Amino acid sequence: KPSFGLYGTRKTFLFSSDSSKPILPCSSTLSEVGAGLQREFGFPVVWFGRCVIQVQFTDSGISRVLGFSSLLLNCLLIVNLVTRVRLEMEGEQLTEQETALYDRQIRVWGADAQRRLSKSHIFVYGMKGTVAEFCKNIVLAGVGSVTLMDDRAVTNEALASNFLIPPEEKVYSGKTLAELCCDSLKEFNPMVHVSVEKAELVTLGQQFFEKFDVVVISSCPPATKILINEKCRKLSKRVAFYTVECRDSCGEIFVDLQNYKYMKKGKADGPASECELRYSSFQEATSAPWGRLQRRTSKLYFAMRVIESFEEANGRNPGVFSVEDVPAVLQLKRKLCEAQSVSESFVPDTLLERLVIGSIEFPPVCAIIGGILGQVHLFALIPLKFYTIN
Amino acid sequence: FHSCLLFLSFPFSLPRIRKLVLVHQRFSLEDRLFISLVPCSILQYHSHSFTFPLFAPFLLLPTTTIFHWQIVIDLQLLPRSFRLALYFAYFICRSIPVSALFPMASLQQSPAIKGAKVLMVGAGGIGCELLKTLALSGFEDIHIIDMDTIEVSNLNRQFLFRQKHVGQSKAKVARDAVLRFRPHISITSHHANVKDSSFNVDFFKQFNVVLNGLDNLDARRHVNRLCLAAEVPLVESGTTGFLGQVSVHVKGRTDCYECNPKPSPKTYPVCTITSTPSKFVHCIVWAKELLFAKLFGDKNQDNDLNVRSNDSTGSSEQTEDVFERKADESVEHYGRRIYDHVFGYNIEQALSNEETWKNRNKPRPIYSSDVISAELMQQNGSSNKAGSADDPLSVSAMASLGLKNPQDLWSLTDNSRVFFEALKLFFGKREKEIGSLGFDKDDQLAVEFVTAAANIRAASFGIPLHSLFEAKGIAGNIVHAVATTNAIVAGLIVIEAIKVLQKDFDSYRMSYCLEHVTQKMLIMPVQPFEPNKSCCVCSETPLTLEINTNHSKLRDFVEKIVKAKLSMTSPLIMHGSSLLYEVGDDLDEAMIANYSANLEKVLSSLPSPVTSGTMLTVEDLLQEFTCNINIKHREEFDEENEPDGMVLLGWTQVPTKPKDDDDKPHTGNGVSTSKTSETEPAVAQADAGVVKINVEAIDASGKKRKGPDSKDISLDPPSNVADEATAANHKKVQQIDEDEEDLVVLDQWDIDTNKKQKLR
Repeated sequence: KPSFGLYGTRKTFLFSSDSSKPILPCSSTLSEVGAGLQREFGFPVVWFGRCVIQVQFTDSGISRVLGFSSLLLNCLLIVNLVTRVRLEMEGEQLTEQETALYDRQIRVWGADAQRRLSKSHIFVYGMKGTVAEFCKNIVLAGVGSVTLMDDRAVTNEALASNFLIPPEEKVYSGKTLAELCCDSLKEFNPMVHVSVEKAELVTLGQQFFEKFDVVVISSCPPATKILINEKCRKLSKRVAFYTVECRDSCGEIFVDLQNYKYMKKGKADGPASECELRYSSFQEATSAPWGRLQRRTSKLYFAMRVIESFEEANGRNPGVFSVEDVPAVLQLKRKLCEAQSVSESFVPDTLLERLVIGSIEFPPVCAIIGGILGQVHLFALIPLKFYTIN
Repeated sequence: FHSCLLFLSFPFSLPRIRKLVLVHQRFSLEDRLFISLVPCSILQYHSHSFTFPLFAPFLLLPTTTIFHWQIVIDLQLLPRSFRLALYFAYFICRSIPVSALFPMASLQQSPAIKGAKVLMVGAGGIGCELLKTLALSGFEDIHIIDMDTIEVSNLNRQFLFRQKHVGQSKAKVARDAVLRFRPHISITSHHANVKDSSFNVDFFKQFNVVLNGLDNLDARRHVNRLCLAAEVPLVESGTTGFLGQVSVHVKGRTDCYECNPKPSPKTYPVCTITSTPSKFVHCIVWAKELLFAKLFGDKNQDNDLNVRSNDSTGSSEQTEDVFERKADESVEHYGRRIYDHVFGYNIEQALSNEETWKNRNKPRPIYSSDVISAELMQQNGSSNKAGSADDPLSVSAMASLGLKNPQDLWSLTDNSRVFFEALKLFFGKREKEIGSLGFDKDDQLAVEFVTAAANIRAASFGIPLHSLFEAKGIAGNIVHAVATTNAIVAGLIVIEAIKVLQKDFDSYRMSYCLEHVTQKMLIMPVQPFEPNKSCCVCSETPLTLEINTNHSKLRDFVEKIVKAKLSMTSPLIMHGSSLLYEVGDDLDEAMIANYSANLEKVLSSLPSPVTSGTMLTVEDLLQEFTCNINIKHREEFDEENEPDGMVLLGWTQVPTKPKDDDDKPHTGNGVSTSKTSETEPAVAQADAGVVKINVEAIDASGKKRKGPDSKDISLDPPSNVADEATAANHKKVQQIDEDEEDLVVLDQWDIDTNKKQKLR
């Protein structure tokens, strides 16, 4: 992962190897750089527009990309190619710039976890306020790449809770939520590659998800979540699957890490032992018979299932509710409770009403839930430490 | 829709409904137009019903015992109706938090939030998140105070800042960034120290609530006092790593920030540092505060660098000269002489004192000739790579030696090379600064020198060596920080701030962010503490000072007690009606001369003598904080445990226990690698303001406890203050028992009240 953390507008760069013999002369043009790179490593270099990159060569190859200047978009193509070269040549070291930027957090989770983090690729669907918070957190933490998908246009609700969207109509009109969020997220950390994918979520094939380590789905019907979750589970590589929903002051996070190994602290300073957790799929987790769940299971779990079945039965988009739906929701609750043979008071009416009436997100709660989801992602990446995510 | 009508829906039992009806009937007919009570079962939530809230139908249907009732309030009408409605709701269901009646999300339009004027102190890690969340939550008048400028290491979490902003004011850049996505709100930034006299009590009085996102104890205390004086509620917060804490402080209702002891910055006994280090941090303190200060700092300051041994008392004059570079001496020779003296000769001296090493591992003297050969010394470093002299902070011995990765562990030879190279670079490139340098964690060469010196000393004492990265963290007291914790804490602050604005006293919570899910909770809410009756800040209880009135000067008292312990910035000291000392801009010269003469006098020979039994009044005019101190004369003080030569009693600060609790693992801090958590200075904890929760004390087996248990949340380090009131206060800490629920309940009144009943 290169550190292209310089934002200046330098026009000339020195390309030199450690033996102080320049491979390329000062202020080479981009095409010369491209030709040089291609000559040295046999990689084709593609670029658009004007772009300058600063690269340090060592005997073994490019030691690092020191900087670049251009429009961000134009650069990424080239930088990506260089990224691969570097990863193969130099392996596992954090660069100076990374160490400087991530100093405070490396002190929390260590350089090794930071390297893992910078190699994780994340797919995000549904740019609501909570998801925006999550994206901000992982981009700041320095993941490898984030791919956003959400073709919806800006609504008042999105403007109210998603701070990634600029409020000027002339800026946001004609752009999708994902594009707007992408533009803002890129600025947070230029070392992270943020991009937009445009497609219909349900039609995406299995191999699409293979590119990612984590798939995060929000604001879509449970059927879609189940479908994507199954696709992720079928892949040979482990792709973590999270969903997050936030309504009013309540939120729900679902985590599927499939088979997750972690070290368990031994009792009284004993040696740590390896444990394995088997996660349920989204379908299993949401269709468990209510009567058999632990007594301490949150009421919110049941309320969310009621809301989901209501949305499904009425063909509603997630979160599209009005006060008038309350009686119908309560009625559905009674039906579900009966079907699950649990008493009606199992799901408090007040909670359901709250979820229906206050279906929009509450920003402080978005911050909290988005923060927790960000931590889930971190902990899932650090299996050697003593964490369990359950 | 929400802006004109509020629906408050909650179940009532029949007796409650009758009461409701009675109260409603007390309203005048006119007021009944704005507030109507409607049973839901009749309205069926039908939208038409909202078109006629003019009529208040009271139909008591005797079908079930529980009804859902709605209070419908038309907010488009008089603001008076809103007040009445709140009064109404409050009167009826006093135990019900008012906020619980609202869907939270619709609060963004609430007049309580829109009209609120909020002061944020600190625009750092928490501050950035907080400002964003406040703006999103509908706050429209925000003031920010922060004196700091932006640094590169901030960018990983302070997301309102960019690389191009490095060096600019945090408050100002944060303001501009938030205005970009909320252009119509008013944000006022103050690039200044919160301790400035312009931020006085009157300034604080204009705010409805003050939100703290600070990084040091001193400023927190200062803000706490101003909030108490101005009677403005304070929401206090702090984070380290994945741990975080938010608390509410409202005068008269909850404790103040200083009611409960805070872990103070760690100090180490002098002899541990000078002669018997057992941990790496001791070596760092030695390298930073003794060796570095001696070589590059003010030569005239007292310094315990030389080992105190029985026979060296007479020769102290001579040893002083060792650290002086002779006129024609080469830097290489000087370096070798220093090296051999501090790592060789001094250790030998210490070894001569057999008594010390009976139960300890003996250290090994290290001489430069043993570890580094003459030729290696010659080729040590190619200084052209060491960085330009124009930017002194970029000069680096590592770079000139070709050591690249700050996370690598250097061998003893490497450390010695860095030691010599750094010394050489200091004399070669930064000679002007020598004599006035202080350690700074952003000074690369200083960090390198301290790391190398600490490692050589560690090698000598058989203590594991550490990398530059780790050493920098210890030496610079760097607080761990992650974006996610700050985001969560900021969310919690805003929720508490909203409760404060709604005067929803019963649902105030102190919240802890836990690192691991404990009892199915990641965020643990706790009821706020009661005010501590013996707190010298909010209850004006006098303190007692044990001091030798015949030896201690007024200056000692001012420096060690008034400034260091009481955190006063502009103190005024009175004995009865006579002024002993005062700080201020408007003093005339005669007074200044008088006060500075007083400073040098011992207490008992002051114009109005201070002796045993005297009551001194210390006042800070800016903080509007007054404190009475009873003086008690005491002849002897233990040099190791009471290095100040005076002891302040009744001050609610955890006394630092030497050594013992070092050995315990930092339970809350397992995130960092085991190495760093061992060596992590407690200072960092204190600065972050996190009172750590002793996670292990919480029954991990998930067994339910009956009733409140003072062990649930214990302050760490375990409070051993012999202060009964504090202890009693701790017993009041009640973890909200999540008997039924494991979601973090923030505003569900029905569950909350159930719990309260259970607890009763």
